[in-house]
Amino acid sequence: MKLIFRYLGRYKHLVLITMIMKLAGTVVELLLPTIFEHIIDHVVPEGKLVPVLLWGLGMFLTAILCRELNVRANRRAIDNAHKVSYDVRQDLFKKTVNLSGAQFDAFGLPSIISRMTSDSYNVQSAAQQLQLMCIRAPMMLIGGIIVSLLMDARLALIMVIMLPLLIAIILGVSARGLPLYAKVQKKLDVVVRVMRENITGIRVVKALSKSDYETRRFAGVNEDMTKSDITATTVMAIPGPFMQMCLNTGLALVVVIGAGRVNRGEMDPGVILAFLTYFNMVTMGVMGLSRIFMTMSRASASANRIAAVIDADTDLHVLTEEEAKKPSGEGFIRFENVDFSYGEDSADTSGFAGEAREKALSNISFTVKKGESLGIIGPTGCGKTTIINLLMRFYDATEGGVFVDGRDVRTYEKDELRRRFGTVFQNDVVFQDTLRENISFGREVTEEDILSAVRDAQAAEFIAGLPDGLEHEAAIKGANLSGGQKQRIFVSRALAAKPEILVLDDSSSALDYKTDASMRRAIAENHTDSTIIMIAQRVSSVMNMTKILVLDNGKCIGYGTHEELMRTCKPYQDTFKVQMGEIE
Amino acid sequence: MPGAGDRGGVKRKPKNAKRTLLRIIKYMAVYKWVVVGLVIVAFLSNIGNLLGPQLAGEAIGVVEEGFKQGVGKIDLDRVTHYAILMLVFYVGSTLLSFLVGIGMARVGRRIANHMRRDVFHKLMVMPVSYFDRNQAGDIISRVSYDVDVVTMSLSSDVVQIITSFVTVVGSFIMMIIVSPPMVLCMIFIIPVSIWYTRMMSKKTRPLYSKRSAAYGTMNGFAEEMFSGQKTILAYANEDRVTENFSAINSAAAEAYKNSDGLGVTMGPTIGMINNFGLSAIGMGGAVLYLLKIVGLEQISKFVLYSRKFSGPINEISNIINEIYSALAAAERVFEFLDEPEEPEDVPDAATLTDCRGEVSVQNVDFSYVPEKPILKNVSLEAKPGQTIAIVGPTGAGKTTIINLLMRFYDVNSGSIYVDGLEHREYTLASLRRSYAMVLQDTWVFNGTIFDNIAYGKENATEEEVVAAAKAAMIHGYIMRLPQGYKTVISEDGGNISKGQKQLLTIARAMLYNTSMLILDEATSNVDTTTERQVQAAIRGLMRGKTSFVIAHRLSTVQNADRILVVDHGEVIEQGTHAELMDQKGFYYKLYASQYE
Repeated sequence: MKLIFRYLGRYKHLVLITMIMKLAGTVVELLLPTIFEHIIDHVVPEGKLVPVLLWGLGMFLTAILCRELNVRANRRAIDNAHKVSYDVRQDLFKKTVNLSGAQFDAFGLPSIISRMTSDSYNVQSAAQQLQLMCIRAPMMLIGGIIVSLLMDARLALIMVIMLPLLIAIILGVSARGLPLYAKVQKKLDVVVRVMRENITGIRVVKALSKSDYETRRFAGVNEDMTKSDITATTVMAIPGPFMQMCLNTGLALVVVIGAGRVNRGEMDPGVILAFLTYFNMVTMGVMGLSRIFMTMSRASASANRIAAVIDADTDLHVLTEEEAKKPSGEGFIRFENVDFSYGEDSADTSGFAGEAREKALSNISFTVKKGESLGIIGPTGCGKTTIINLLMRFYDATEGGVFVDGRDVRTYEKDELRRRFGTVFQNDVVFQDTLRENISFGREVTEEDILSAVRDAQAAEFIAGLPDGLEHEAAIKGANLSGGQKQRIFVSRALAAKPEILVLDDSSSALDYKTDASMRRAIAENHTDSTIIMIAQRVSSVMNMTKILVLDNGKCIGYGTHEELMRTCKPYQDTFKVQMGEIE
Repeated sequence: MPGAGDRGGVKRKPKNAKRTLLRIIKYMAVYKWVVVGLVIVAFLSNIGNLLGPQLAGEAIGVVEEGFKQGVGKIDLDRVTHYAILMLVFYVGSTLLSFLVGIGMARVGRRIANHMRRDVFHKLMVMPVSYFDRNQAGDIISRVSYDVDVVTMSLSSDVVQIITSFVTVVGSFIMMIIVSPPMVLCMIFIIPVSIWYTRMMSKKTRPLYSKRSAAYGTMNGFAEEMFSGQKTILAYANEDRVTENFSAINSAAAEAYKNSDGLGVTMGPTIGMINNFGLSAIGMGGAVLYLLKIVGLEQISKFVLYSRKFSGPINEISNIINEIYSALAAAERVFEFLDEPEEPEDVPDAATLTDCRGEVSVQNVDFSYVPEKPILKNVSLEAKPGQTIAIVGPTGAGKTTIINLLMRFYDVNSGSIYVDGLEHREYTLASLRRSYAMVLQDTWVFNGTIFDNIAYGKENATEEEVVAAAKAAMIHGYIMRLPQGYKTVISEDGGNISKGQKQLLTIARAMLYNTSMLILDEATSNVDTTTERQVQAAIRGLMRGKTSFVIAHRLSTVQNADRILVVDHGEVIEQGTHAELMDQKGFYYKLYASQYE
């Protein structure tokens, strides 16, 4: 809720104008029936034509004024709400693309997506309605109470006594509604997640003939959400009628007590009638108020979910030189006794929390000089990719120091650090755009750079074979490219800006040997300035690197040149023999 | 990088509001008796609400009567009697309206449930190619946003409209009975209102459709960018992507401003027309009174009904824009439901059971886009239990062959026979059920490791799952996790490597007992040592099955019964490893290049 006010607050002057306009509109709107009554009750019985026509004309004009004011107020409200929703979504998006790996894992992609759509929509409606609904109801409520207090204070007491009770009900129920709606949105996350899983995994689902199973699974989560939704709306449906009942009881009391007072000669019967009218007004006011609160509790739940993302602490703070570690030696890239485990201080509440986690890396140290290269090799899941995650600061090391160019990586502004890299991830993505855009990726790269990157990545031939070459539109998630073509686009992207540090994480798994070898040769020849870190499955891919790091289960079991490792590292030797043994 | 332009490129068909409405009504038809019941209850509640003031009037009448006779002359018992009656009616009416409120909310949510179910079901029968053309986020927004808009409108607007309609018609009839000449004074508001709403409907409805579509585009973009967040960060591209989002975001915000900005003028305008009617009644009434056509009594009675008449109209006019936005949202849901589905099974399609695994591909041509042939005249024969390897440079069309075998796409010309029958003659479900598949792009869902492995076989026992995991060399890793097999993994989570996912997928395939097996780069991200260990298990898996294997590491395909060398969509060489090596052709070169 605070979030909505915070964003509306940015336009407080505009909102104020809107509300004043709505106030004027509402006053005129309430004036209209009074004019009408006056015409019917006083002007018509006089039987003179001119005053009737004048009054009628006056009412005409008032009606036009009333429309003008309300239309303008409504439009302004929409205008303000559209600004607010733009701002909220913009901030949400900006924050999301900047979330750290741990935070992203904790929120989960499906949940972030539903925050973007469903929740932001709820906030937008609330921002609109807040400006429009908050005028009429309080006006009727307060006006009704004041007038009736003036007319007969003792009779009005009935109402005054009831009010705190009613307000308590509104507040109480809407406070209970908040968690209920939060639950609905959470269930929506699950619906979105299952849908998304089925969209991304549609081939597997179809191949394994799991359609029926998935349909059942979806039916389950769908039902779950529907039930929560029904519960929430049912609870929220209580206060309106309940308050109406209270006020109607009050109305009956007014009649009975009023009759008694008239009977004792303490007041006129006309007062009862008038009282009933004002009581109705108060009822409408209270009902309107309750509707506002009910709408707001739904919006509030959504606003809180958005705020949770927007206000999430930046968990990877930029440290000052004093706070940071100093490297204990030379080297362009240095890891010093690095320990790391995933998820320890994440907000993750799924099954992982609370258990001692195994270290993904323990006591890793290595040094790469400028222009040198490092190969990383080791079995699946041994922590190879984790090294990249730490080097590029997607996560922070638990212990030890990571240094680039003599500085702790934590002292870099994150873009300053990452601009030095050209990276291919194991699970990299092609965006729905032209190949050229996928390669240049918004950076200032010349045509020449792109072409030479494409050549070095061995992508030139297949791109030339496409009817529109570099302008070829890649389909969603690169669906119209083969695995090997995608990987060559990734490598082109990494090479295009001639990065200081080139990171290739298993970037040739879908390439045939020949292409892979040519690519490595081209990179070695044409990117001599780049410091290269390459993760690979094959010894032949890394054997020419300056240094090779052999990992097993998060620990370094060998570090040195190919020749050194062949002498000292048994597992490396074995792997090499196995792979080369394939020759025979 | 995509901009704000035309993404997705789905052509929008001209809209037909009546058809959309009819389809919404069809959804409601399931609950027709409930809805009818609720409308009746709502009606009763309205009557109670009308009787309340009537009774209050009676009570005040009694008071006035007594008041005229002097102090202490009021019949308090009668007043109390009326007051109690009044209370009863009010309370009754309130309870009934509460019933209507929760009843309709329930119906609305049920319909939403139904719509989501239909969308999901549709997802399951959509051809794979649809997902290559449409952003997941856009599809999702139809379920999360559009369905929600429809629900909200259904829950609150339907009953209100129906009951208002009854009140409006009722009071109009009463107005005619009271004084036809006075009706003539204000009758103009009916055609004017209808004309106005129609005109506005033409203007605003397309705007609401645009709004829904803009939200879909925005969601599609956000989903795509968020799934590539790590790459975006790695290239320090956050700011630029955020800037691109800004254009799409502002398009969505503008669409909202345009549609709703126009939509919210309708309420006040209808209100104004109504007030025109009232002032006409005032003026006309006065004239008629002067002409002695109507009396004062009649006028005040008429006024009473004219208020009952205009009240609901005002209320409805305030929700018209909600109805339009609901229609636009519903259109988007229905548009999805109307997308072409996977080809239906031919009449009398055979069910493929106890498949022997004899596959024959004959002269198959195929292209994804008409002018770009991917496969040219491809033929292959696989006898039951044989292993067929498909090798060749990337982009040669290897995965496409798999797509055709699985009928993710259908051939342009040529045929594929399974067990002697053209495979389109089988039911799609039974054909696919005969294959087990491990793909290059792994897929795990958010769930425990156990469930992910057991996915291929419902009711798999713990022993079976553990045995499969052991064979796939992933058991050790799983046991090192704090929660073991109960560890929850997800596609986007950073906690499992790609190679490990591949091993999980292999374990999954081991539990899925079929007569045919497809391995498309099944171990490309697994290190060679582990791969060698897994190979034994994979060989076991392949035993007795017709297998199609795509791999770059030629060592893994050496033992195949037949190797197909594919280049530029054509089979250029075919034979056993030894035969192909002797040919000293393309395969030989490919093979030699591994050890350069």
